[in-house]
Amino acid sequence: MKSLYALNEPLSSERVQLLELAISSSWDNGAASFAAHLTKTNLFPLKPIKLEVFQLNLGKMCNQVCKHCHVDAGPDRKEIMTREVIDLCLLAIDQSQVHTADLTGGAPEMNPEFRYLVEQLSQRKIKVIVRCNLTIIMANKKYHDLPAFFRKNKVEVVSSLPFYTSAKTDSQRGDGVFKSSIEALKLLNKEGYGIEGSGLILNLVYNPAGAFLPPEQHALEKEFKQRLSTSYQISFNNLFTITNLPVSRFLDYLIKTQNFESYMHKLIDAYNPIAATGVMCRNMISIGYDGKLYDCDFNQMLALEVEIDQSHRHIGQFSELLLADRNIVINQHCFGCTAGAGSSCGGTTV
Amino acid sequence: MENYYNPADLKKFGNIADFQKPLADKFFDYYGEVFKEGALTAREKSLIALAVAHAVQCPYCIEAYTTDSLEKGCDEAQMMEAVHVAAAIKGGAVLVHSTQMMNKYKELSM
Repeated sequence: MKSLYALNEPLSSERVQLLELAISSSWDNGAASFAAHLTKTNLFPLKPIKLEVFQLNLGKMCNQVCKHCHVDAGPDRKEIMTREVIDLCLLAIDQSQVHTADLTGGAPEMNPEFRYLVEQLSQRKIKVIVRCNLTIIMANKKYHDLPAFFRKNKVEVVSSLPFYTSAKTDSQRGDGVFKSSIEALKLLNKEGYGIEGSGLILNLVYNPAGAFLPPEQHALEKEFKQRLSTSYQISFNNLFTITNLPVSRFLDYLIKTQNFESYMHKLIDAYNPIAATGVMCRNMISIGYDGKLYDCDFNQMLALEVEIDQSHRHIGQFSELLLADRNIVINQHCFGCTAGAGSSCGGTTV
Repeated sequence: MENYYNPADLKKFGNIADFQKPLADKFFDYYGEVFKEGALTAREKSLIALAVAHAVQCPYCIEAYTTDSLEKGCDEAQMMEAVHVAAAIKGGAVLVHSTQMMNKYKELSM
C-alpha cells in the first residue's frame, strides 16, 4: 500500500478533504455542524484552558502505511522536522509552562534528530511521550536498542495495537505488523516497560479497524491484559481507546467504502458535551515538521493553522500569551473527539 | 427490483410508537434494561443478541448487533462462533425432535 500522496489521490489535498467534510455540516439545515453543537452546549467559541503539552510531529516518514492514518504517512514521505526547528521548539519550551513533549509522526524515531531531541527534553526534566509504532524497533538493526534508549531517558511509550489478534491488527496496519509488534513489546517488557513497580510506562492504543466507534475503555483494557498475558506473557500499563477521525486515509476509506455518511451521522449523533469540555486541543499545541502551529495533529493534517496573528503562527515566534487567548479552530472532523466517551491522544476524555 | 427489507427502516424502529405509544414505551424501557451491564457484561449480551438475531433471522437485528458487537470490542472469530452457537442450537432443536419420529416409527413398524 502507498500513501495517498504517492498515488496522487484527490484526498491527499487538505482542501479536497475539507470540501468533503463540509458536506456534513449542511445536514439538518446546518444543525449538524460542529459549531452549532458547541453553540447549543455553551462551548462556542472553544477556548484553551492551559498550555501543558507540546505535541511535535517529527515528520511524515514512516515504515508502515496504515489504512486509517490521518497523517498519510509512509516510507515515500520525505517531510521531517529539521534540527533548526527542533531547537526552536526547545527554546519555546524553555520559555513556557509546558511540562510534557509528545513526540509523534509518521514514525518519530526515523527522524535523524530524534535521539538528540529526547535527550535534550530529558535533561530539561520535561516528560517525554513517544508514539512508537512498535515495528520500528524490529525494522532495522539501528533501532533495536530503542527500548534501552527509552528506558535511559525515562520515556513514556505509547503504542498502537488495534487488537490482540493478527487478523484484526494486520488488516489495518499491514501484513506481519502484529507478529513484529509482539516481538517489540517483549523487548520493551524486558527493559522494564509495563512491569509493575518499574516506573516505566507502556500504554497501548486501540482504534477500531473500520467504520465503527471504539468499545468502553476499561472493559477492553481488561480483555487486552488478560489475552496478551495469557497468550504472549506481555504486560502493559493502560489501554487507550480512540476514535478514528475522518481525515486523510481514513476519510478516503470511508468515502470509497460508502461509509462516510453513516459514520458521520454516527459521530454527530454521539456528540457528548462533557467529552467536548475535555478535548485535548484545550491544553496542547501541535507543532508541524516545518514549525507551523496548530491546535492538534488533525488540524495540522488539514492545514488549519492556529487562529492568531499571522506573524506568530510559527514556533520561532512562539507567544504563550497570544495562544492562550485564541479561539480553537474547529471543523466537522472534531465530532470524532467528542463522540461518546470522547477521544484524545490519552484515550477517553470523560 | 423491489425488496421487502429496506436498510433505512432500521433507524425507524423508534417510530413504532406512532401507533400504540404506551406499549412501545413499555417495550423500549424493558429493552434498555435488558441490555444494561448486569450479571452478564454488555459485551456478552451483545454476542447473545447477535446469535439470537441469526436464529430468528431478523436482518435488522443482524445489522444492529454486528455493529454493536464490533463496538463492544468483538472480532470476526468471536462473532462467527456466536452464530455457530445459534446454528448448533437450532440444528439441535431439529434433531432432538427426531426422537419423536423414532418413537413413532418404532410404534408403527414391525
